[in-house]
Amino acid sequence: MMDNKMIVEGSLETSDKGFAFYGRLPYYRGLGLSMIEDIQITADGEAIPREDVRFHVRGKTYTLDQMETVYDDRWNFGEKAKIIAMKPGGLPAGDHKIEFAVRMRVSYLPFVPTTKDTKVLALAA
Amino acid sequence: MPIKRGVSLYSFQNETFQGKMTLEDCIRTCAEMGANGIEIIGEQTFWGWPEVGVDDAEIANWHSLIAKYDCVPVSHDFMLDYKRYKGREMPFAEQVASVKKDIEFGARLGMKFIRALVSIAPEVLVAAAPYAEEKGIKILIEVHAPLHFDHPWIIRHAEAFEKSGSDALGFLPDMGMFLHAFPPVWKEKFLRIGVPQNIADYIEKAYADRVLSEYVILNVQQMGGVGPAIGMAETLRHNAAFEPKRMLDYMPRIHNIHGKFYEMTADYVEPSIPYDEIVAVLKQGGYDGYICSEYEGNRWIEDAMEPDSVEQVRRQQVMLATLLGEPAPQLRAAA
Repeated sequence: MMDNKMIVEGSLETSDKGFAFYGRLPYYRGLGLSMIEDIQITADGEAIPREDVRFHVRGKTYTLDQMETVYDDRWNFGEKAKIIAMKPGGLPAGDHKIEFAVRMRVSYLPFVPTTKDTKVLALAA
Repeated sequence: MPIKRGVSLYSFQNETFQGKMTLEDCIRTCAEMGANGIEIIGEQTFWGWPEVGVDDAEIANWHSLIAKYDCVPVSHDFMLDYKRYKGREMPFAEQVASVKKDIEFGARLGMKFIRALVSIAPEVLVAAAPYAEEKGIKILIEVHAPLHFDHPWIIRHAEAFEKSGSDALGFLPDMGMFLHAFPPVWKEKFLRIGVPQNIADYIEKAYADRVLSEYVILNVQQMGGVGPAIGMAETLRHNAAFEPKRMLDYMPRIHNIHGKFYEMTADYVEPSIPYDEIVAVLKQGGYDGYICSEYEGNRWIEDAMEPDSVEQVRRQQVMLATLLGEPAPQLRAAA
């Protein structure tokens, strides 16, 4: 659910250290960060290694490994989190095909869902 | 007392997720439909719940909106994330403590009920029941497809509730378990993602004929079905046309109803769930609580169009008002 609303339109930005965009949890509620099992990003087909992904919300930045033991913070319902890819040089100006997938551990489900959105986002020159 | 109408704000998730409706918009919309019972999923409506907590100012705002629109808090649906820790289940005592936190949160919101997901063990709810009694809250386990009132897991809950002697434990049936026809919006979605027409037609017909899900899955495989076609056949494992009258044995413990629906047509019909029969059974059983609209068609159509959750809920409320014998002229105005 909400698959096609995960990537926030027009939110792509870049710097020397990498690129970032705003992402939302594809779910009808929020989740404690320890239940976010993985966030996978690709830019123009190139996958960003897990250790180079950062999750930033309300002034706090986490690695994915750190998030696994965060029990006092959440990714709230509909909340736009900054999803950061550490990639020296960032991305050049122009259109970029961004893929964003989230794997979450949902207590009542008999499986571990991964939900993905793909959008082409523009970077101004 | 007559059966009352309400709405679970889950119904408006597509709009609230995108910030197109505020909490006030949701409550006002329900009040305008004469559906004054308000049910929420705590951690959908209130950012921060449960891990971070919710400020008193937020709770005060909730109460002022409820008062402003003359509504009634019905249920806080809680989740209990017993898989919070990777690789190990939350210990029993911590699960009970977590339920107590939700009881307290429900009480702060003025709720009569809190909803427990069906996967929670009965022992956890029984252990939390005395605190619920103290706070004037009932804990209702949601009986939701594929489970149903004759399933051993539900019977285990019922037995544990009786043995506990507590009247703070009960049931919240989700009407999706009475899925009497394959929902048209499901079929359309499966066609969009590539299920061949002949296979989709076969599955719809097999569902109408009440064919056992495992036979349908095998037949779809033999018809050459792969991927989404198997996925469509497998929905029959998780859904069935159980009988509304099975609720009658449990009436003394049924205190809230999820008016699940996938689609309301322009002439006020849910094509897959027999609400006429459901309301007749509830009346027969002397039910006097709320039926809260729970629109779940959103996720079946959002790939093709923006859901209009308000119009969908409005249509269901018109249907319910009619079935309940209420005059409902104000509902017929355009949303």
